[in-house]
Amino acid sequence: MKKPNQKKGKMPDSVSYAKWGYLFITPFFLVYLVFTLIPQFLTIYNSFFESYRDGLTQVGPNFVGLQNYITLFTPNTDGVVRILKYAGNTMIMWAAGAVPQFVIAMLLAIFFTSYRLNIRGQGFFKTVIYMPNLIMAAAFSMLFYTLFTRGGPIQAYLVSTGAINATFDFFSVRVTVRGMIALMNFLMWFGNTTIVLMAGIMGIDQCLFESATLDGANSVQVFFRVTMPLLMPIFVYCFITAMIGGIQMFDVPQVLTNGKGNPDELSRTLVMYLNGYLTNKNYGMAGAISVVIFLLTGILGFFVYRMLSAPYKESGRLHRERKGNVL
Amino acid sequence: MNHMSRNTKGMIQLFILRLFAYLILIFLSVLCLFFFYLMVINSTRSNAQLARGFSLVPEGNFLKNLVNAWNDSSINIPRGMLNSLLIALSTAVLTTYFSALTAYGIHVYDFKGKKLAFTFIMAVMMIPPQVSALGFVQMMNKMNLTNNYIPLIIPGIAAPVVFFYMKQYMESVLPLEIIDAARVDGSNEFYTFNTIVLPIMKPAIAVQMIFSFVSSWNNYFIPALLLDEAELKTVPIMIAQLRSADYSKFDMGKVYMFILLSILPVIITYIFLSKSIIRGVTAGSVKG
Repeated sequence: MKKPNQKKGKMPDSVSYAKWGYLFITPFFLVYLVFTLIPQFLTIYNSFFESYRDGLTQVGPNFVGLQNYITLFTPNTDGVVRILKYAGNTMIMWAAGAVPQFVIAMLLAIFFTSYRLNIRGQGFFKTVIYMPNLIMAAAFSMLFYTLFTRGGPIQAYLVSTGAINATFDFFSVRVTVRGMIALMNFLMWFGNTTIVLMAGIMGIDQCLFESATLDGANSVQVFFRVTMPLLMPIFVYCFITAMIGGIQMFDVPQVLTNGKGNPDELSRTLVMYLNGYLTNKNYGMAGAISVVIFLLTGILGFFVYRMLSAPYKESGRLHRERKGNVL
Repeated sequence: MNHMSRNTKGMIQLFILRLFAYLILIFLSVLCLFFFYLMVINSTRSNAQLARGFSLVPEGNFLKNLVNAWNDSSINIPRGMLNSLLIALSTAVLTTYFSALTAYGIHVYDFKGKKLAFTFIMAVMMIPPQVSALGFVQMMNKMNLTNNYIPLIIPGIAAPVVFFYMKQYMESVLPLEIIDAARVDGSNEFYTFNTIVLPIMKPAIAVQMIFSFVSSWNNYFIPALLLDEAELKTVPIMIAQLRSADYSKFDMGKVYMFILLSILPVIITYIFLSKSIIRGVTAGSVKG
């Protein structure tokens, strides 16, 4: 069934069997359409309707325009705009984990790639620090809960050493709850960041380090004048994807606080807020929150898109290969 | 300052730097392992032994806890593990096969709208599944697909990140000449993909199978919205259920065993394949 459609003598870059191309990409787009794209539009559509359950009766759906968005940004009776509070929580907990995550990852990436230091046992260290990244967040969080809860091993140990009072509850103090969440996020992600940054440093031409050293630069100067500028694209890429991940923070605080965001909803995140409305079947408000989160990730995602597709925008293949090791 | 002393000074400096590096690495490794070590130790202790407090030494109740957890009446962990295994394995196979197929379609063929298709996939890559969850749940409700694994498995066919990885991999390892040669030999395009291209893609497929298996196994948000029949629940839902249960009634040895069981398949995979997994982390985002 093959058509003799190739002209001999001229080697084409891609072969012109167009229908096969369409055929091969069809499953992807069909599935994306049904399970993501249509649901995405439905979500946005829902955000303009009043639709919730009041006991056993279903209210709506009634078209209310932007009312859900207005409600979302209107202060409660206590004067708190909840979505802003949860966005703030999310940001603080993310930053508390991400700052040490990037500082430590940078430090470790330099340790691992330094010829002078020549660190032994790299395979072992990398295996250990990457491991938490694969652990089920819900299980990790449950483990923290059982260890730190009142009477749990760590709490009991700290009481026995006199470090804390017997009545001290890690889950009713803002700093400790947020601290635990940040610590878990840090542990889950610093190994991953280390490995990506390391690959970035190894992609830099070694001659640059050598000539800088020959020119009399010390290691601090090499880091700030050579390593960091050349690593910047990968560093920024990692940072933005980490932020997008941060906006999605859910499993860890949800399981740790049993969905409540204790204390005083100070560890409640944006996606926990969304999840609450989804489980209550308040689809209007859930839609509005989804759109807000969509816009937040969309803005950040745009930068990632730009960075990842930059090599594909260049016309010459040579050019791409030269810049290729950046992203 | 003579040559000798400058050298010694450098040596001392390097020694201190090395000491510092190893101390940090050891500290972080201990921190990473500490909580899991406690989990394993505590899974060997009975409820009474656990009530006595903190301990770093294992005891002899591992099997008893395992039997208790395995036969628990409210949390059916063997069933949950089987469910999760089924979903995660199917997702891993579908995701990798169709991502490779899609990447191949765009990498090898020339057709109208090819650029647009590529740009579209790249543009939606970073959109998290949470922001379309509402419409997704509504649609699955209407299609009578709640309490069904189809909405947890089939969407894996459209995985932009895996697609991108496969595309990158093809650019570095797949010579178009091979495809031309197969064509000259009269091979059908689909056949060529399955018998010539897939074997070349094996390393990429293996790595992505592991990653998609793990992320499906760990996935909590979407399954929790779709599954409420006890028989169909996956492991993360059961773990969250454990958290919301009345805690004081629980045999704590059993709780640690549940947590251990929930992460065990991933840990075992990791122990055997850590090298290729770590290598795979970078290849997706960083082209080297």
